[in-house]
Formats: sequence, C-alpha cells, structure tokens
Amino acid sequence: MSAYDVARHFADSWGLVFLFGVFLFAVGRALRPSARDEYEHARTVVLRDEEPGK
Amino acid sequence: MDAYVARSMTWLSLAILAVFAAAVTVDPAFAVHAAIFAAAGFLAAFLSMRSAGDAPAAPKPGEYDDDVIRWGTIATVFWGVVGFLVGLYIALQLAFPALNLGLEYSSFGRLRPLHTSAVIFAFGGNALIATSFYVVQRTCRARLAFPGIARFVFWGYQLFIVLAATGYVLGVTEGKEYAEPEWYVDIWLTVVWVAYLAVFVGTLVKRHEPHIYVANWFYLAFIVTVAMLHLVNNLSMPVTIFGTKSYSAFAGVQDALTQWWYGHNAVGFFLTAGFLGMMYYFVPKQAERPVYSYRLSIVHFWSLIFLYIWAGPHHLHYTALPDWAQTLGMVFSVMLWMPSWGGMINGLMTLSGAWDKIRTDPIIRMQVLALAFYGMSTFEGPLMSIKSVNSLSHYTDWTIGHVHSGALGWVGMISFAAVYFMTPKLWKRERLYSLRMINWHFWCATAGIVLYASAMWVAGIMQGLMWREYGQDGYLVYSFAEVVAAMHPYYLIRAAGGLLYLLGSLFMVWNIWMTIKGKVREEAPMHDATYNPAADKPLVPAAA
Amino acid sequence: MASKFFDHGKIERNVTLLMVLGLITVAIGGIVEIAPLFWIDSTIEKVKGVRPYTPLEQAGRNIYIREGCYNCHSQMIRPFRDEVERYGHYSLAAESMYDHPFQWGSKRTGPDLARVGGRYSDEWHVQHLKDPRSVVPESIMPGYSFLADRELRTKGFGGDLTALRRVGVPYTDADVAKADEDVRTQATPGADAADLIARYPKAQARDFDGNPERVTEMDALVAYLQMLGTLVDTSKAAPKEQAR
Repeated sequence: MSAYDVARHFADSWGLVFLFGVFLFAVGRALRPSARDEYEHARTVVLRDEEPGK
Repeated sequence: MDAYVARSMTWLSLAILAVFAAAVTVDPAFAVHAAIFAAAGFLAAFLSMRSAGDAPAAPKPGEYDDDVIRWGTIATVFWGVVGFLVGLYIALQLAFPALNLGLEYSSFGRLRPLHTSAVIFAFGGNALIATSFYVVQRTCRARLAFPGIARFVFWGYQLFIVLAATGYVLGVTEGKEYAEPEWYVDIWLTVVWVAYLAVFVGTLVKRHEPHIYVANWFYLAFIVTVAMLHLVNNLSMPVTIFGTKSYSAFAGVQDALTQWWYGHNAVGFFLTAGFLGMMYYFVPKQAERPVYSYRLSIVHFWSLIFLYIWAGPHHLHYTALPDWAQTLGMVFSVMLWMPSWGGMINGLMTLSGAWDKIRTDPIIRMQVLALAFYGMSTFEGPLMSIKSVNSLSHYTDWTIGHVHSGALGWVGMISFAAVYFMTPKLWKRERLYSLRMINWHFWCATAGIVLYASAMWVAGIMQGLMWREYGQDGYLVYSFAEVVAAMHPYYLIRAAGGLLYLLGSLFMVWNIWMTIKGKVREEAPMHDATYNPAADKPLVPAAA
Repeated sequence: MASKFFDHGKIERNVTLLMVLGLITVAIGGIVEIAPLFWIDSTIEKVKGVRPYTPLEQAGRNIYIREGCYNCHSQMIRPFRDEVERYGHYSLAAESMYDHPFQWGSKRTGPDLARVGGRYSDEWHVQHLKDPRSVVPESIMPGYSFLADRELRTKGFGGDLTALRRVGVPYTDADVAKADEDVRTQATPGADAADLIARYPKAQARDFDGNPERVTEMDALVAYLQMLGTLVDTSKAAPKEQAR
C-alpha cells in the first residue's frame, strides 16, 4: 500500500472518528447542565471589563 | 541599558545584512526589497538607541496597554481606503481597458493581487490584530503580555504589507491567489505571526478572569490555523537566496489542492473566525447586553472549526482532483451552513429586547447588517459548493459577487463598527465626532454592496449561461469575445457600487480624524419622535 | 470545596488548558485529514508525452506568472460538452504534473488557455499581446508591448532548473548544464535544435516574436503559449470498451 492509501484510509476512518470524538467532547462539555453557572459568569464578562485586574 | 544596546545592535546587523543583500543581488526587485528592509532596520535601530535611558513606557496602573491598538485603528482605516481605491481602479480597468496605461506596473494582472491583499491582509489583518489586542485585554482583565513584542508585531506586520504590495507592482509573485508574496516575505510574516501568537497566548495565560471568553477562542483559532496554512501552502524552493524567484514545493493537482485548502481556510479562519471573535465582543458591548446564548457560541465555535477544514476542495469541482475529495468538500460545505446560521442567530438575538437600537444606534445598525450579510453569504457559499450549481457559477463573476457580499458586507461592516466603537474609548473622547456621519457611511456602503452584488449575480449567471448555450444547429451560440462584450454594463454598475462603498469609507476617515482631534460635531441627536409631556394630555373643553 | 484539590479555579484553568490543547489538536488533525492529498501525485495516471518545460518555455511561464495572467485566464478545461467544444479535450491531471506552481486559475475574465498552443499563429500572439484590441475588438486585456522590447534575462537559468529539480522535476544534468544555450537555440532561427528536441520531445524551435536578432521576453511568453496543451495526443483517447 502506498503512503497515499495508508493516509487516506486513516483519514476517512480512525482520524475522522477521533476528530468527531473531540468534537462531541467539546460540545458535550458546553451543553452539560453544570456548565450553566460558569457560562453565565463568562457571558457577562464583556460588561465588566472597563479596567484591568490587579 | 544592555537591553537597548542589544536591541539596537540586532536591528543594525539585520539592516547591514540587507544592505549587503541589496549590493550582491542581480535582481532589481530583490534590491528594492532589501533596501526597504534595510531602511526599516536602520530606523528601528535608531529609535531603540534614542529611547535608551528613557524610563520604559510603563502603562499607568488601571489602564490597558492601548498604544498598539491606537496605531492599529489608524492603520485599519488607512489600508481600508487604499484597498477600496485600488479595487475601484481595477473595476474600472475591466470596463475601460485603456486604464491599464500600457505600463507593466499598472496592469490589471499586477494590481488585482494588490487589491486583494490590501483589503484582506492590510485592512482585515490590521483590524484583527488591533481588535484582538483590545478584546483579549478587556476580557482577561489583564494588560498585554510582552508589550515590546506587541509593538514589533504591529510594525513588523506593516513592513510585511509594504514588502508584499511593492512586490506585486514590481512583478514579484508566487502566482498562488491570496498567497502571492515571495519566500522571504513569507518568512518575515512567519516571524511576525509567531510573535503575535506569543503576545496573544501570553495575555490569555496572565488573565484575571477564570474563563477565556468565547471571542478569544475565535481569535486563537484564527491565529493558530492561519500559521499552519501559511507555512504549508508557501513551502517553496528559492532559486538563490539573493533573488526573489522561488518555485512551489508542490506541483499540479497537489499544488491546486494545497492552495485551495489554504484559500478556503483563509476565508474560514481569517475572514470568518477572526471577525466572529470581533462580533462576539463588540455586538454585546454596543448593545450593552450579554451574548444571547453562550452555549450556542461554544457549539458554533467547535462546529465551525471541524467543518471548515474539509471544505476547500469545492473550489476544484470537475477539475482533475479525485472525485472523493470533491464530494467531501461539497458535503462539508453544505453542513457548514448550519453552524454559520447558528452564529448569525446568536449575534442577532443578542439584541432581543433592544431591537429599537437598530433605529437609534447607527453602530448597532451596521453590526446587524454585517450579520445579515454573514448569513447571506454563508447561505450562498454552500449553495455554490453544490457541484451542479458550481458547474455554472465557477469561473464566472458570480464568485466575485459572492466574495464581495461577504467581504464588503460582513468583514467590512463588522470592522467599521468596531473602529467606531473603539475610537472614542482609545482616545478618551466623550463621543465620536459625529453619529450621523456613521449613518451616511452606512447607507453609502449598503447601496454600494447592493449594486455590486446584484450586478455580479446577473453578470455571472449570464456569463455561465452564454458560455454553454447551444443553437438549434447544435453549435455554441456565442464566441468568448461576445460574452466579454456583454459584461460591459454590469462592470460599470459594479464600479459604481465600489465608488459608493469608497465614498462611505471616506466619511469614516473624516469622522475618525476629527474624533482623534477631539472635535465634536454639532448635530441633532440620533433619535426621532421627541416627547413633550406638557403636550401629552387631552384638551380641556372651554367652559361653556 | 475546602480542599485544595477541588479548587474550582484551578480545575477551570486546567480544563481551559486542555481545551487550548484540543484546539491545537484539531488544527493538526485538519492536516491529518488533508494529508492524503499531499501524496496524491502517486495516484496520477502517467500519460504519454508529458515532459518538463524547456528552459525557454519555463522562462515564458515565469513571465505569465509575473504578469498575473492567472487572475483572468484558467488552464483547466472541465469535462462538459461546451467546454470541450470551445477549448478542446478536458484537462488531465498529468498535464500539470510539472507545474510549480499550478496555474489552473479560478476566473475566466478571458478564455481558458490550457490548450491554446497551436490555435493561433505566432504573429497573431505577438500582435494580440502588444495591442489586444487590434485583433479582438471586444477584448479588455491589458497591452504587453513592453515584452517585445525587453531582452530575456537568462544568464544562470540553470539555477532555476536546479531549483525545479529539487522539488521533483526530472531535469538531467545535461539539461541543467545547457540551460542558457537551450534558451538561445530554441528562439534562434536556423540553430541546430536536434539535441534540444531529443531531450525535450515536441519542443518547437523558431523565432517567435518576429525579431530574429534578439531573444526577448515576448519570445519566451509566446513559446510557452504555443506549447500549452500540445504535449499529449488527445486524439488517442478513443473509446476503449469492446463491442460485444
């Protein structure tokens, strides 16, 4: 098998599965209920940013 | 003191090396570039020496480090006007070829890369660098990490722009769209970009907020991915290290794929992700309310990152590229529609409960139009990536129209809004010189985009249909030259649209200039229907 | 949450770091997904007749790139009836296998040039490049008359061939050594071009710009245009299925 075949095989099987897994992890983290509070805090950061912190 | 000496000596030796390169080369364009680099090096060395002994310019406590952002705002406005002006000129060249002037330096083939690079990299790039430094400091509640390097990023980037622009006019090009600068300019940009990444990540690391605000995710993705795309697509073999010419490391179909993987992700990460970072800060800020859904913004981010990277091959439908890659490019491009509209809805819904601001606040109005164009071009893009549609639209002016509705509508408008937002704050002015002038800018630009996009739709579809039209005798009906001639009226309308857009940006120049000077225009406030409580009561009938 | 281990801020920072690493993974993952296409040349079918450019043609190609011709002209004919009738047989991947960089283009403000070679005379090309509207009244192309006045700079063109060889174009040592000589041979009428044609089959050797005394940039550009699409004999692409 040539490098092309090996790479292509990896890309459209395990590579894709891996990236999809990372995607699901990221989205799952965003959607989990316990994220609500910290996201509420992050969401409003733009409204309290007039001065740098210490 | 040692640091100043070391810095000056570094610049001085780089400048002397450049003088040496200018002296030994047989390539006049390379000599010009070496001279420009040497001049920049001597200037940097001189300035570092002169500042020796001065106390380091520490920002006042309780203030963000905004010098670079002030310069960047001015640079954004300046390069924007340059880019629009060159764009108008080349649009007119297509309608009146005599404007090529018969000179090599002013021909369409050399000026078109000047236009694309000036608007994407000079205008867009400066807008992204300035706003990213503005946003990352404020959402991290921390000053810029490495202030000296941040200054280098700004001036180094301007040097990149000057080298690239003069190169195009002198005929120095790698011949790959949107990646035209030659190998040594690419290396310089890489150095600047690594410095940019260091400043940005450094600031994130020293943040005082527990969370990294979502705008910074988009900016970070933009910086990291552009670095990767730039490095891979520009791999090339110089003929000599004392000459401009290099040959791409890839050839033919492989080069085409690398180029459009770069080209499409430059759209995805430079013109989309970066400006979405801008949107996720400045829209909530101007509307004075947090983003509609923070979760949606995170999902928007990750979906965009995952899908965009695959979409490039839709630029190569029906070419010699393998079919599987074309089909993948099409499928992922169509899927991109969803996160894009998710992002648009998230931006627009941030205004929910404050919709009246569209009427009373011209900056909000600009942002809403930018989001509307983001939505429109991210719908048009997937449509054009469908193979059967692409068979008609590819190679025509439809593509040019699509790019400009995204660039003028989305990228331009969201950047203008950010410039208008930041300027009074950066120069500590009570307000902008004029809010009504933003309104004039808004309407000129909007009318310009409408003229531009509709002319290019008609031209593009007409072109595509004329090229493939068969008569009853079974022969092609139109010669190529007849189709060229048929485009003339649309090229005129397009130029008129460009003129209006340029005119709008001149209002911005005036407005920003006067704001920086500290002037305030006397004008009626920007809202309507004044309320007079004294008059707001029923008439008392006169006593009988 | 009193224990240090469950310090919320710390976990949050670590997770953030994790996500930053995730982002970088994704960026690199993008490469992994695209990587197969970097080896795609191994899947290109070899086609008879494709050869590296002669030094004169390559010099002409460099002028084509320098002047930004790719901004308006494509070199990629798609497999549609109208394109094939207008421009010739659709383009094959192998035909651009020695193109560093590729010049497929993305816009047809002017016509496709993938098979323009041999369609017009040299005189037509020279006249058209000098003053496009004198031969095609509707044309909106810029004029390039300065090419005819400018000597082609070829000293040390072997260096260009060496650079191309480093990125995979199979030039021989003889090709590199004779690069400058090959340029003059190909553009000078009456020069003995047998050796050149033996190394570069189907190379066309003559005076291209109508000025036999000098080798100009016009010579190089016209030589390049006149060879585009001429290397592969597309008439051989006859139906292969056996009738039953």
